[in-house]
Amino acid sequence: MASTIRVRAVASGDNTEVQALVQHPMDSGFVKDAKGNLIPPHHIEVVEFVHSGKAVFTALWGPAVAKDPYVKFSFKGAQKGDDLTVSWVDNEGGSDSLVAKILSAAWPAWRWLCGCLVH
Amino acid sequence: MRMSRALTAVGLMLALAAAQPVGAADAVNPDADFKAFRDYFTKRFPNVPLNDFVNGPYSMDAELRKQWLAIDDFPPYDFAVDRGKEMFATPFKNGKSYGDCFPGKGIGVRQNYPYFDDKAGEVITLELALNDCRKANGEEPYSYVNDDMASLTAYMAFTSRGKLFDIKIPNDPRALAAYQTGAEYFYSRRGQLNFSCASCHVQSAGEHIRTEVLAPALGILAAMPIYRSEWGSMGTISRRFVTCNIQVRGVPLQPQDELYRDVEYYLSYMSNGLPISGPGARP
Amino acid sequence: MIFAKDLPGRTRRRFLKGLLAVVASSLGLRAWLKTARAAAAADVAKWPKEAFAQKTEADAIKALYGKEAEVSDKVRLDAPEIAENGAVVPITVSSALPDVTSIAVLVSENPFPLASAYTIPPGTSAMVSNRLKMAKTSKVVALVESAGKVYSASKEVKVTVGGCGG
Repeated sequence: MASTIRVRAVASGDNTEVQALVQHPMDSGFVKDAKGNLIPPHHIEVVEFVHSGKAVFTALWGPAVAKDPYVKFSFKGAQKGDDLTVSWVDNEGGSDSLVAKILSAAWPAWRWLCGCLVH
Repeated sequence: MRMSRALTAVGLMLALAAAQPVGAADAVNPDADFKAFRDYFTKRFPNVPLNDFVNGPYSMDAELRKQWLAIDDFPPYDFAVDRGKEMFATPFKNGKSYGDCFPGKGIGVRQNYPYFDDKAGEVITLELALNDCRKANGEEPYSYVNDDMASLTAYMAFTSRGKLFDIKIPNDPRALAAYQTGAEYFYSRRGQLNFSCASCHVQSAGEHIRTEVLAPALGILAAMPIYRSEWGSMGTISRRFVTCNIQVRGVPLQPQDELYRDVEYYLSYMSNGLPISGPGARP
Repeated sequence: MIFAKDLPGRTRRRFLKGLLAVVASSLGLRAWLKTARAAAAADVAKWPKEAFAQKTEADAIKALYGKEAEVSDKVRLDAPEIAENGAVVPITVSSALPDVTSIAVLVSENPFPLASAYTIPPGTSAMVSNRLKMAKTSKVVALVESAGKVYSASKEVKVTVGGCGG
């Protein structure tokens, strides 16, 4: 089963830009289903990004974050080849985690050219 | 300006209607149609580079384009592509897999669909071919409007990104008839709102329909399947045809009805030479 | 002699955990393991429940930061004037302010205005891009906590109904 987390972490110089996309319904609790019943809130609460044992970014999300949520940030002190651990937990106790490799700036362009998929 | 646009659109429709008197199959002239269709859009939107038409509304509106680029930078359809790749790599119960049903193992072939199958005597779309593949290998067919089918076509579209539409109409009266049927459907009004596909996508292409902008018919299928923010999920060509019919308050056909396949044939042929941009992100 | 595999699930896990703890502590690794595990897992305890439950912009800001925000041109909010679709509105908050420790985004007209908040440790840039759900036309507010004070910028984003929804 594929991960719910897709990460693109690209290092150029001392700066690493991280983009993450998470597959999650992010139900707000305000929407009704086909039968007219409210779909209960089901959304990610915390997303943690860890590099070298240290949290470099923490996202605290409510239901107003879009479905299949996306976030981008950047931090210093990492380099190509390092691991970046991304994990999330939602209001129902669901969770997932992924360890991604930080890549160098040349990679993303190549990804599209070869039609390859990369986390 | 508005008047001349309407007249040009009407002119296009009349020219196409005149070129093919009803019932005279030998008068069906896809090449002439192709040229008229292309000229209509390039003349109407002289500032849009030809290949950009495949980006639909985003080739027409700079503000919407910015939002689209922000989303397409890391798009939600990535999950569907990943899933499609997994499905392709997973054999059926009988040990065969999707690759065995397609030329080139199904990789980089989306731009050749639909095609006219002279043995079956009908238009075969990618979605139909995928379910035919499943049935031929003892598997239950997928719904044409749900995520499973969308994941498969998303993956196949992705492997064909940048490849140019190459739809063939063989010199076979049945193929020409299918093409013509598709064209006629496209230009015929239907539903309570009495719109034809052309009302929005030819006559009003580039105009606003509330916050959205109508995509030009030229290249309109190149981005399929799409992740629609509106749906929060993927949509196949089948899903979109059905929902468009519902929106003009008409009665939709069954997904992959022969008529829908003929429309897809017509629209895809009109987009020959344009690059596959799918899967796509749309509002 | 007890073998771990003979124990029922939960007991087995506790047994192994205990065993690991004994082994780890005796090797001086325990503290390291605890930090690594805690750091790697997203922790619900961090989620500011109160702030997310507030129904007005002012209350949400108070619950989150305990102080009021001061408008600043050093906080930049990129958001569309007219959202293509209220379900997915891409925005970016960035700031040139020094020592930024947190960023938050609110959608004033949403039932619960606080949309998201971010912890910015030292070494992380004062920049976040996110995609929001907006119920209707609303002011979007970006908050940046810098050197203990809170600054804001806002922009109105129009949301209407798309015509092609189906």
